[in-house]
Amino acid sequence: MTSRKYLVLAGVTVCAAVGDSLLSYGMKQLGNVPLHGLPGMLLAILNPWVAVGILFLLGFFASYMTALSWADLTYVLPATSLGYVLLALIAKFLLHEEVTAQRWLGILLISAGVGFVTRGPELTHPSHPPVAANAEIDSGVAR
Amino acid sequence: MRHAYVWGGVLAIVVASTTGDVLLSRAMKQVGDVGALRRQAGLWKVVARIVRNPYFVLGVLAMTVAFYSLLFGLSWGDVSLIGPASASLTFVANAIAAKFLLHERVDSRRWIAALLVAGGVALLAA
Repeated sequence: MTSRKYLVLAGVTVCAAVGDSLLSYGMKQLGNVPLHGLPGMLLAILNPWVAVGILFLLGFFASYMTALSWADLTYVLPATSLGYVLLALIAKFLLHEEVTAQRWLGILLISAGVGFVTRGPELTHPSHPPVAANAEIDSGVAR
Repeated sequence: MRHAYVWGGVLAIVVASTTGDVLLSRAMKQVGDVGALRRQAGLWKVVARIVRNPYFVLGVLAMTVAFYSLLFGLSWGDVSLIGPASASLTFVANAIAAKFLLHERVDSRRWIAALLVAGGVALLAA
């Protein structure tokens, strides 16, 4: 694992948590959307909080796809679950929600899980060596 | 009846998002290391290669189904039940699916990690 790869995992974590928080904040401003008002949902992106939230979620998707290109699914998912912890901290310090003892225990469990998985190898199924993939894209370009 | 709709929604979310994660993971393994490819062929070639991968298209489709299942579920039950229930069950379902469908070596370390995170998520939002 290079520091560059840790940066991608951090991108997955932070973008997901920040994106969700921004969407939540923006949608609370818009109020309840009735089912027959669904077309109006398209206008939700005009809310600046929602728009920036969507940008963050696009960043999440890009970094998630990047991480999956060199790491196992069972590595990426636990390794990026610190996002739930970040979400709880945002809720406490920015949205001023109460974080109960039960939630702190949840944070502890997630952190332990992250510690466990990140001490192991990130890829256990070497059936798609990068060399073969590169050779394939070369022939793809030639085509 | 309401209970059945809520848990049906949770089940649909778990199945659809696990399917989506497995498909997307398989797609990206076929594409190869994005960082190395980008240095070699340029960003747009890599993006084109990703969106042309059939597993990627199916994966995004499955994620869309998961998203609408979530919306459906939320119209029947509380976010504080559906959010954590579906998220933590998805962690466990993903570990099982990755072992059998992606042939990842899910050793005891990864099982423990998946279970700890699943438990933590359940506590966090309960």
